[in-house]
Amino acid sequence: MDSVGNLIIYAIAAIAIIAFSILAVTTKKILRSATYLLFTLLATAVIYFQMDYEFLGAVQIAVYAGGIVVLFVFAIMLTHKPGKDAEPLSSHKKWLGVSAAFAGAAVCAGALFSYGKFCCAKLLPDSGFDIKEIGSALLDTDKFGYLLPFEAISILLLACIIGGVVIARRR
Amino acid sequence: MYLIPSLIMFGCGVYGFITRKNMIAILISLELMLNSVDINFVVFNRFLYPEQLDGMFFALFAIAIAAAETAVAIAIIINVYRVAKKVDISEITKLKF
Repeated sequence: MDSVGNLIIYAIAAIAIIAFSILAVTTKKILRSATYLLFTLLATAVIYFQMDYEFLGAVQIAVYAGGIVVLFVFAIMLTHKPGKDAEPLSSHKKWLGVSAAFAGAAVCAGALFSYGKFCCAKLLPDSGFDIKEIGSALLDTDKFGYLLPFEAISILLLACIIGGVVIARRR
Repeated sequence: MYLIPSLIMFGCGVYGFITRKNMIAILISLELMLNSVDINFVVFNRFLYPEQLDGMFFALFAIAIAAAETAVAIAIIINVYRVAKKVDISEITKLKF
């Protein structure tokens, strides 16, 4: 947060995240909701890039914005008539949702602002890691190695593929 | 200061998760919540322990798990739609048709 340009980029990304996430849960049309979700995810990727995690930002764009949103759009196209609005919400349920969201957000905000110095902490210089270091850490079995979660994720993805095929197959 | 948009995003996710009736809209709210948690992991890693990469790897694995979960959930939703012809949770009250 040292330069003005960083601050402007942060402000744009934060405002985009706040505005588009509010729009994504309040809009009436489901396809617009998916589009606002896409913009929220892209603004999140901007924040990752700003924190010097370029690989994570690329993964965010490729997996979330490129994969999940496309899946959402396909599912919406398969299950909805175009141009149809969402059903109006019943009032007590809306009140329940607003109260739950505000209660959780208030608790988190209280905890956040009690550590007021963390809110505007300076971004420390990073250690200068690169893609090579990420790759060797992913396939490492030492203390900071991630071989076991990596293989667990691969088993999970295999199970997900098989489960998706079994579920989607016509009986 | 990066935690404030993440907090508001999580609140929006909770609100949408409770109030929406469409299953795909509920899944979109779930994605918002998962994404805000990812931001939190990365921010805590970057500001508190910038010499390590634990939070970044946790966010990476969380993104992969979120992708898998969304794919299975959408397969289930499309299958339910094929059987029941609707995606509204107030109308789908039976587990077995």
